[in-house]
Amino acid sequence: MSHLSTNHLLGIKNITKADIELILSTAKNFKEVINRPIKKVPSLRDITIANLFFENSTRTRTSFELAQKRLSADTVNFSASTSSVKKGETLIDTVNNILAMKVDMVVMRHPNAGACVFLSKKVKNCKIINAGDGAHEHPTQALLDAYSIQEKLGSLKGKKVVIVGDILHSRVALSNIFCLNKMGAQVKVCGPATLIPRHIKSLGVEVETNLKKALEWADVANMLRIQLERQDIKFFPSLREYTMLYGLTQEILDGLKKDIIVMHPGPINRGVEISSEVADGKNSIILEQVENGVAVRMAVMFLLAGKQN
Amino acid sequence: MAAKILLNQQNFEITLTRLCHQLIETHNNFENTVIIGLQPRGVFLSKRIHKQLQTLCKNKNILCGDLDITFYRDDFRQKELIPNQTNIPFIIENKNVVLIDDVLFTGRTIRSGLDALLAFGRPNKVELLVLIDRRFSRHLPIQPNYVGKTIDSIQSQQVKVEWKETEGHDKVTLLNT
Repeated sequence: MSHLSTNHLLGIKNITKADIELILSTAKNFKEVINRPIKKVPSLRDITIANLFFENSTRTRTSFELAQKRLSADTVNFSASTSSVKKGETLIDTVNNILAMKVDMVVMRHPNAGACVFLSKKVKNCKIINAGDGAHEHPTQALLDAYSIQEKLGSLKGKKVVIVGDILHSRVALSNIFCLNKMGAQVKVCGPATLIPRHIKSLGVEVETNLKKALEWADVANMLRIQLERQDIKFFPSLREYTMLYGLTQEILDGLKKDIIVMHPGPINRGVEISSEVADGKNSIILEQVENGVAVRMAVMFLLAGKQN
Repeated sequence: MAAKILLNQQNFEITLTRLCHQLIETHNNFENTVIIGLQPRGVFLSKRIHKQLQTLCKNKNILCGDLDITFYRDDFRQKELIPNQTNIPFIIENKNVVLIDDVLFTGRTIRSGLDALLAFGRPNKVELLVLIDRRFSRHLPIQPNYVGKTIDSIQSQQVKVEWKETEGHDKVTLLNT
C-alpha cells in the first residue's frame, strides 16, 4: 500500500511525485468530507497539534486550524508576538518546551529559511509541517495550487503555468516550481528582471519579462503579491509603474485568444498585481483555492499522522 | 487443507436473489429506504442488489450510495490506510438505511460505518446486510439483519469474495493461510 516517503513535510523539493499524487488523491476525499452536512471526522482525535506562527498569517493559519478541527485534533496556538520569544527565548527552547507538553505534530511558519529543516533534526517523536519559511518554501500552498489546477484542467501533465510577480522573495513561487515540475507541467516565470533570481533557469523554468507574451503562452496564471516587507531596497521605480507593466486587468484577459485560469495565493493587493474585476471575475479561482486549501491540509496531516516511524 | 468454495456462481445468484426478496418483504417498494454499500468491497454487493431491486420493484428511483469509513476507523495509525471515495448525494434524515458489506467478521468496520453514517443525518432505522457472516468471531455486539451465508471459521482463515466486475467471476472461497 502506498504511503508518504517522509516523516515531515518540510518542502516540495524533498518529496516524490508519488507523495504529491497521494496527497492530492487523499485531498479529493477530504473535499467531499468538508462538503457534507456534518463536516467533521474523528481520525485525529488522539493527536495534539501545535501551530507555531513566528510570522503573521491569516489564510494559512485559519486554514490549518480549520483542517485540524475538521479532523478532530486538539490544537494549541502560538504566535511570536504574544510569547516568550519576545523575551529572548531561542527557537529550539520554545519548541522543546511545547513538545514537553506532549504535542504530536507541529505546524510552523518562520521568517527564516530552513527553520523547519533545522527543527526536524533537533526534535524527536514529532511530525513537522512547514507553513512557510522565509523566502524558501511553502509546500501546502503549492499542493493546493496543484490540486486546484488539476481540479479545473483534469491533470497537470503538459499544462502551462506562468507565475507572475515577485519571484525573488516568494516561497510560493519556489514551492510551485518544484511541485509543477515534478507533476510534469511547464513553468514560466514573469516579472521585472530585478525580481527574478539570476539562476532560476537551473530549476528548469523559462523566464519572460513581457506579461502579454507570457499570458498568450499560458493555461494558468498565478499572480503573486509584491512582498514589500521583504524588500530592503527598491527593485522597481514605483508601484504604479509595476502595475502598468505587470498588473493583470480584464482588458488584458479579453485581448487573449483563449480563456486562462487566474490564481492568487493571497493576500491580494487589489489594483496592484491584479485588478478587482479580474480577482472577482469568471477566470478567477482564488476562493476555490482557499476551499481546497483546507482539504489539502487535512490530507497532509492525516497522512503524516498515519505514517509509521 | 485446500481452499473451500463457499458459494459458486449458481449459489451466488440464488443467494443474491433471496436477499433481495427478503429486503422487499421488509421495505416494500423502497420509498423511504436507501441502500449504502461500504467501501471498498461492499459496494460491489450493494450495486448488484440495487440493480436487481430496481427490476424486481419496478422502481427506478431507489437511492444507493457508497460510504468510505477510513476516517472513522479505530485502527488508524496501527496500519497505513488509503481512503476511497464516498458518494452519498442525498440526506438520510428519517430514512431507513440498509448498510451493505461483503464479509462480517469482527464488526469493527460496521461500527465505523455507523459512525460515518451520522455525518449524513439521523436515520430512522439502520439495518445490516452481509453476504458472508463469520459467526462467533465478533469483537463488538453487532449482528446482521440479512445474511447470505453463515459460516464457522477460525481467525487464521480468510474469506475471499470475487466479483464478476473485477475478477471475472462470482465466487466466495474460504482460504487457509
